[in-house]
Amino acid sequence: MTTLEVRDLVKEFTLRSGLRRTRLRAVHRVGFTLVPGRTVALVGASGSGKSTVARMIARLEKPTSGTIAAVGPDGARIEDRHYRDHVQMVFQDPFASLNPFHSIEHHLARPLVLHGRAKGREQVRDRAAQLLERVNLPAGLMDRRPHELSGGQRQRVAIARALAPGAQVIVADEPVSMLDVSSRLGVLNLLARLQREDDLAVLYITHDLATARHFSDSIVVMNRGRIVERGPADDVILDPRHPYTKTLAAAAPDPELRGRLRSADPGPEASSDRDHLTYDHDAGRWVDIDADAQAAVTAA
Amino acid sequence: MTSVIPPSSGLEDLPPGTEPGALPPPAAGRRTGWRAVLPAWTPKLAVGLGLVVVIALFGLLGPVFAGDPATIRNIGLTGPSGDHWLGTTQTGQDVLDQLTHATRGSLQIGLLVGVMATALSALFGVIGGYAGGIVDEAFSLFSNVMLVIPGLPLVIVISGFVPADQRGSWTIALVLALTGWAAAARVLRAQTLSLRNRDYVAAARVAGEKPWRVICVEILPNLLPVLASQFVFSVIAAILSEAGLSFLGLGASNSSTLGTMLYFAQNGFALQREAWWWFVPPGLIIAAFGCGLALINLSLDEIINPRLRRPGRGRAARALSGSSRKDAVRSTAV
Amino acid sequence: MSHNLSPQAAGAAADVTRDAVLTVRDLNVVYQGATPVHAVKDVSLTLHRGEILGLAGESGCGKSTLAYAVNRLHDWPAEVTSGSVTFHDRDGEDLDLLALPPGRLRRFRWSKLSMVFQGAMNALNPVTTVRAQLEDVLTTHRPGMSKQERGARCAEVLELVGVEPRRMASYPHELSGGMRQRVMIAMALLLDPQVMIMDEPTTALDVLVQRGILREILRLRDELGFAVVFITHDLPLLLELSDRIAVMLRGEIVEYDTAETLYRQPRHPYTRRLLDSFPSLTGERGAFLRDGAASRTQVPTDGGAR
Repeated sequence: MTTLEVRDLVKEFTLRSGLRRTRLRAVHRVGFTLVPGRTVALVGASGSGKSTVARMIARLEKPTSGTIAAVGPDGARIEDRHYRDHVQMVFQDPFASLNPFHSIEHHLARPLVLHGRAKGREQVRDRAAQLLERVNLPAGLMDRRPHELSGGQRQRVAIARALAPGAQVIVADEPVSMLDVSSRLGVLNLLARLQREDDLAVLYITHDLATARHFSDSIVVMNRGRIVERGPADDVILDPRHPYTKTLAAAAPDPELRGRLRSADPGPEASSDRDHLTYDHDAGRWVDIDADAQAAVTAA
Repeated sequence: MTSVIPPSSGLEDLPPGTEPGALPPPAAGRRTGWRAVLPAWTPKLAVGLGLVVVIALFGLLGPVFAGDPATIRNIGLTGPSGDHWLGTTQTGQDVLDQLTHATRGSLQIGLLVGVMATALSALFGVIGGYAGGIVDEAFSLFSNVMLVIPGLPLVIVISGFVPADQRGSWTIALVLALTGWAAAARVLRAQTLSLRNRDYVAAARVAGEKPWRVICVEILPNLLPVLASQFVFSVIAAILSEAGLSFLGLGASNSSTLGTMLYFAQNGFALQREAWWWFVPPGLIIAAFGCGLALINLSLDEIINPRLRRPGRGRAARALSGSSRKDAVRSTAV
Repeated sequence: MSHNLSPQAAGAAADVTRDAVLTVRDLNVVYQGATPVHAVKDVSLTLHRGEILGLAGESGCGKSTLAYAVNRLHDWPAEVTSGSVTFHDRDGEDLDLLALPPGRLRRFRWSKLSMVFQGAMNALNPVTTVRAQLEDVLTTHRPGMSKQERGARCAEVLELVGVEPRRMASYPHELSGGMRQRVMIAMALLLDPQVMIMDEPTTALDVLVQRGILREILRLRDELGFAVVFITHDLPLLLELSDRIAVMLRGEIVEYDTAETLYRQPRHPYTRRLLDSFPSLTGERGAFLRDGAASRTQVPTDGGAR
């Protein structure tokens, strides 16, 4: 029962070319809340900053400013040293996220031991077998090495690893984009089932609007580091308001619209004055984060 | 350029929806884990290992059976015979007896230097590469400085400063290790830089592993082939440099190595007196040992870079089909 | 499964003579090894002039192997064990690609049949300019061309794919991924080929960039009239783009029909499975079951090992 609160997240990277240094703002004032039992999809094209958000939540990168706080059921913020018991991540490429040198058991045993979920060889193996069972894999896979598994199986192992510390918040960074088409839905359905069983809070990061709509409760659309639209999944997809979301939705292949490729390219909608605004479907209005922040400062 | 990759041993070919319980047979083609660290059995490796093992046994067991190499007889500079298989030196010492002890001495130094240089390069290369930032800058600056200092002259200077009576084989090994680790450190740093960005390293960090454990458990095993190759390389380099130093009279004073043998042979005008049995055997052993280690190194390279591995049958098959890889690559690239 | 297919295969073979540009007949490709892997089994395809043929399938189904074998780019241990690949030239000549001697094969490739590879944008040489790499193709295949003509032709193809000719002076790393893929397509267009084989040309790209490139391919096809074999795992994309689609599973073509029919009445269960794997953006939830009651019944089947 952990809630993850992300507030005003900013990440800047320093680019060095020769002696010149330029700062690139990859993420600008991003904020959302992950609630137990619900999935938020973070959607955007590559370079929109969505993976950077994931890496900051997984504490692989330090935010330039802003806060990421895991809050326990009692409303108290979880201490930093316990943060990783609660928040775990599933990586995009299952062929890269498992160490080719180690057995599947190693990948599950380490988080179990590190987070005090199991002691002693017997108990660790038992727990690891249970984890494999939960992701629909036979316990016999334990002594295999990653390269002996298919992509879908590897991603299931990666999900089991994320569950091993008893995490309540899972960040899934494009968990199926590297998988074969026919194993994608299986993995997504698995994630959905685990979410129901454990009441997990899930952040599903993807560029695929269709799975974002069907897999999540609400959608946050990012473009160039900013949130441009947010709201309940169906509202955002079926009634997109921001020009960027509209373009993105139009770009998804759709057999029903066969032949539209031949029609004249509408091009991206003329970039409007709304580029820096966020449409909030819950509030039903456009929001200017920068202005709000300014207002907050002056009010204080 | 993408190349045709044969489907991996039927694993991806399972019909969709195969029961999770149906385990695919373990793949035989690709190897990971400890097996991946061992090179594939090739003629190259067999010859290399053979040479190294024979010479190592010679150095290890030879001195047990050999007589005292220092025994002076009054039959100076005689050729090979039944009594003295490899003849005698100027002072009538048995060359074979000397050779066994010298081989042992050289191997000892080679091994010592190999271990120390590899440890140093791992320390500076892997830790620097993983830590990044200021630590990396400092470590790589240091190893770059060590790299551009010309090795042999420095060794000569250092050896020259240490008084001859304190110049044991440990001193020499230390000096050689200190001058010989930098190149390996750069290679390891480059490898570590690429490994540390792998997702499995990130995953280990997310799981909460401590940095030293990430380095030792997640990164180092994947560096083993590179480490082994660097180790073998520094052993070759150490044996050669030690031979060079000893030949110049700057070697360890209390030990006998292949280099000191050559040094005495040179001093005894073995070449001018055509006493080939005195200088050819130590030279041959150095060459054969270096060759053996180099062959092992080539096999290790094939692990690091699997593209060097070409199945033997491939050439014949391609010759038959009349289209070679070069052909294909050129025409697709052009 | 191939017996299901025979009526279609026969139908495809019947209209070979009409306006086919590439005919593949009963092609078999085997990866020789300790246990030989039959990567392509009895594949028969007909590519008509100006047609976009989609080749759909998942990794390891043999679709790339097929594309490579057609152009004889396969390398040991892959081996064509039987079958024929015939190219029907614009001027009426028929070429048996599998029997072509190496010299003629080299001249044939790229000038009549060119390829765009998956991740091809990373195949550009990073140390020379785009111009040098484009001109290199022309100097090899059109030795008679003057320097001005070469420059003009390069500018022309770049313009065709929607890249400003002034970008010719750029180095590959100065271009974005989509731009580099466009340059690769321009390179494939340079010699005015009659067939282009594209192996997952847009998989590594963003949806927005992908859209632009697909639009470009379709427009160029309409203008220049070449035929395209478009290989991808993305069935919805193929349904939107191609005229006919062949679905491959474990080396065999299990369904081969027009995009329209394949979408409306998929016959093979695998095709249906593939179609169901892509939830529709605006439509029903399809195979995607998230709601409690429905997914509880789904649990046993969602455990596919893959």
